[in-house]
Amino acid sequence: MFKKVLLLASAGLMVMGSAAAAEKVKIGFVTTITTPAGVIGRDMVDAVNLAMEDIGGKMAGRDVELIIEDDGFKPAIGKQKTDKLVKQDKVQFVTGFIWSHVLLASQKSALGAGKFLISSNAGPSQMAGKLCHKNFFSTSWQNDQTPMAMGEVLNLNNVGSLYVMAPNYAAGKNMVAGVTRTFKGKIVGKDLTKWGKDAQLDFSAELAKAKASGAEGIFVFYPGKAGGAFIKQYAQAGLQGKIPLYSVFTVDSIALPKLQKAKMSGVMGSVMTQFWAPDLDTPQNKKFVSGFKKKYGRYPSFYAAQSYDTIFLIKSAVESVKGDLSNMDGMRAAMKAANFPSVRGKFSYGNNHFPIQNFYSRKVVKDSEGVWTTSVQEVVLKNHQDTYAKDCSM
Amino acid sequence: MDWVLIITQLLNGLQLGLLLFLLASGLTLVFGIMDFVNLAHGALYMIGAYFCASLSEVTGSFLLGIAIAIPVTAAAGAILEVSIIRRLYSKDHLDHVLATFGLILCFDTMVHFFWGPEGKAIELPAFLDGRLAILPGVEFPTFRLSIILAGLLIAFGLYFIISHTKTGMLIRAGASNRQMVSAHGIDIKSLFTIVFAVGAAMAGFAGMMISPITEASIGMGNEIIIVAFVVIIIGGIGSIKGAFLAAILVGLIDTMGRSFLDTLLKIIVSEESAETAAPALSAMAIYILMATILAFRPQGLFPPKGR
Amino acid sequence: MRNLLTRKSFNFAFIISVGLLALLPLYVEMTGDDFYLDLANRLMILAIAAVSLNLILGHGGMISFGHAAYLGIGAYSVGIPAYYEIYDGLFQIITAVFVSGVFALLTGAVSLRTKGVYFIMITMAFTQMAFFGIVSIEEYGGDDGLVIDTRSTFGNFFDLEDTVTLYYFVFVSLLISLFIVKRIMESRFGMVISGSKSNERRMQSIGYNTYRYKLVCYVLSGCLCGYAGALLGNFTNFISPEMMDWTASGELIFMVLLGGSGALLGPLWGAASFVLLEEWLSSITTYWHFFFGALLILVVLFARGGIDGLLSKIGLSK
Repeated sequence: MFKKVLLLASAGLMVMGSAAAAEKVKIGFVTTITTPAGVIGRDMVDAVNLAMEDIGGKMAGRDVELIIEDDGFKPAIGKQKTDKLVKQDKVQFVTGFIWSHVLLASQKSALGAGKFLISSNAGPSQMAGKLCHKNFFSTSWQNDQTPMAMGEVLNLNNVGSLYVMAPNYAAGKNMVAGVTRTFKGKIVGKDLTKWGKDAQLDFSAELAKAKASGAEGIFVFYPGKAGGAFIKQYAQAGLQGKIPLYSVFTVDSIALPKLQKAKMSGVMGSVMTQFWAPDLDTPQNKKFVSGFKKKYGRYPSFYAAQSYDTIFLIKSAVESVKGDLSNMDGMRAAMKAANFPSVRGKFSYGNNHFPIQNFYSRKVVKDSEGVWTTSVQEVVLKNHQDTYAKDCSM
Repeated sequence: MDWVLIITQLLNGLQLGLLLFLLASGLTLVFGIMDFVNLAHGALYMIGAYFCASLSEVTGSFLLGIAIAIPVTAAAGAILEVSIIRRLYSKDHLDHVLATFGLILCFDTMVHFFWGPEGKAIELPAFLDGRLAILPGVEFPTFRLSIILAGLLIAFGLYFIISHTKTGMLIRAGASNRQMVSAHGIDIKSLFTIVFAVGAAMAGFAGMMISPITEASIGMGNEIIIVAFVVIIIGGIGSIKGAFLAAILVGLIDTMGRSFLDTLLKIIVSEESAETAAPALSAMAIYILMATILAFRPQGLFPPKGR
Repeated sequence: MRNLLTRKSFNFAFIISVGLLALLPLYVEMTGDDFYLDLANRLMILAIAAVSLNLILGHGGMISFGHAAYLGIGAYSVGIPAYYEIYDGLFQIITAVFVSGVFALLTGAVSLRTKGVYFIMITMAFTQMAFFGIVSIEEYGGDDGLVIDTRSTFGNFFDLEDTVTLYYFVFVSLLISLFIVKRIMESRFGMVISGSKSNERRMQSIGYNTYRYKLVCYVLSGCLCGYAGALLGNFTNFISPEMMDWTASGELIFMVLLGGSGALLGPLWGAASFVLLEEWLSSITTYWHFFFGALLILVVLFARGGIDGLLSKIGLSK
């Protein structure tokens, strides 16, 4: 009799144990690990790993499992990996996504299966407008917003004519649309260059055109490794000092160490806009930046900051429903409230689940140890909401 | 149109063309003599760039880095030839394509493993980093000019070696009739290794010259190798002269397309579609050129005699 | 080759794999491992594409390094009508096959004038043109590609929205395309094709216009691959110019060679090992491309005849 009870009890324990194991919080993270763009992916993965450490690997007492997948910089692979995360790993949250076109290709696989999809970077106009979805959230921005802030900076600096360069893909086109929307001067030339895993990196022909155009400023968007290459060629082509550079997502903590190594001091003082900078004064940001620097010995990029936020956003959702992962409505409401410590400080979500937040101008400076970094200057757009929110039916 | 812009773009096109020639000449020699299709030629371009980046960092000088990286790349080419490539000569073209496609994957991954994903920048010495006024009002980056100069020097050097030395005679003979050369008791095995190593060194040198501009990065050879193939097909396989002319032609077409096609397109289609279509169409232009040439001359412009 | 066509004995490996593929949805239904269905679906679609490439490459000796163009054309033949809310599968498939055929006819007519490596490269050049052509069309997404919201429908009979329906549609398509290629190769036409692979001059001297035969074969292969492309577009729900990248063509060649070039069932083995290897290796290490590449080299150096050759050695095939 006693034996039987013991057996039953242990069986019961085993069932409970396996139930708890089965209900781990599973987060899929799609980013780029291979190809030169893998440098961005590494920053993001480092940030989510740091976040996992900071939360002790648990959310509402449940173990958290992080599954990282490489999209190889290709939309089709990104989609394949999303399918795998949803169907094989059975994650509850699909996150990550550097690239707008990868996110657009993958969104149906996650949302169609009733999972939460959280973009840690990409913010294509479609997701903010027509394709907005109740289970989609962004911890970054809509693509147009940062260049819109830049347009305002250009107006403030009395720039009359502008030459525009960006890669030829979804985000590149959004960036161009954004700066065009707020910039009041004349756009005298525009180049969209080949992107993807065989991206064009030699901009000789385009820079010669920019130089000949006589523009008063040049606006560029070259994320990842293309940024460093662009800035070097900008200097080599003799544009520095002649046509000032105004960039978005180009001069960041990924490009700067290399530029510093190559002594490209021309980038010093260069102006850009961003929702965040390593020296933004919020408690969570201080904790994040110092933790990141301590663990990895370098400044985090904005990609890292957004990825760090992603984990805390999910944590706030899981904790609000006390770990009941079947309570989608509860988790959604919690995320919508944006009630988590964000590196950017307090912000709110718009109807399309994109943040309504401040955009700052930032400048390249030297920190106290002589390391090149970016520093917040002033607020350019206050509590700004993207323009596509009105196309969203939610 | 603005003549300063046109001259600048012609120089840019020439620079791209000579860079392509550095790649294509090795490719066309290996192809012509060993009848070997080497897709992995672009991988040598990449490792040359990485060797140079690391060596410049260690020695603190770009020029010293290049000087050491060239023989190192040549040695890497020779090792590759002796260990793997040599076993492939007897197979058919299909096997070459496949095996060297595999080599590309291996090389890309090894670079990722040893150097990380972020790519490597190379710092230029001050005297190469500026601009030179070549004509009144026309300034051109000094470093791009030095690519043009180096490319021309190598082209003349190759021309001299091939048409005026004994080795060159063997190479010419090899390109038109392989069996004949070996029948004359020439050590064909070492000749092949030497040609492959020289080709590797030239490809590597091309990579070293481009990476101060674009940085050394994983897969940097994968796009340009296809263009280099277009060059040698247009020029005629095995022909250095053909490779030279075709490289310049392709370089100019590509650059001119990128510079002026959108302006031309805007006349017929809307501004927005012109902007997105132009880069794609100018990339297409070289393939159209190649297909057209092959349609009329199925062996390219200068097929070596006797094939 | 001849052996395969005349032997009456059963091909065990084939029967076993067809059986497994036929029953897979049942297994998935029981276990809920939907992912395997996706994997098998992709495998079979790529197998059809590889079968089409094998027709010209394995049987006809025409090394096309641009076969991915037809995958792209087929996929866009589904995607572009879907963009205009035309979901009729019959229309889409006919478009895919027709446009692929026309593309193959035009490019083949030029390409087949060249020989050897010039042929390899000119087929690649045409595919690059198609690639950049699609990239340049802003309306259909350019570089970003196009999301296909709704899969093909076939009147009121059925549609491919349900994964299992799509699966069996692909499955039957694979069997039919294997059958068609088998019949082609057994016909007089097929004999001329394989004859001109081994000795083109002789075929010409007995009075065959081999250029024409090869061109027809090239067009047939393009049509079949276009069909595979239409299936691929339906399966992925997303299409992009990337499908036509030259590396995609290289992968198709790899499947044919890995499976055993010229063997009827080779492409099936090749595509299967390709998809499964890719899945398995990439789950183990970030650096999986290295092992994949090394495998390619090893196959070329040591495994002529591919998997089919191996299977027949141990008596499971042919």
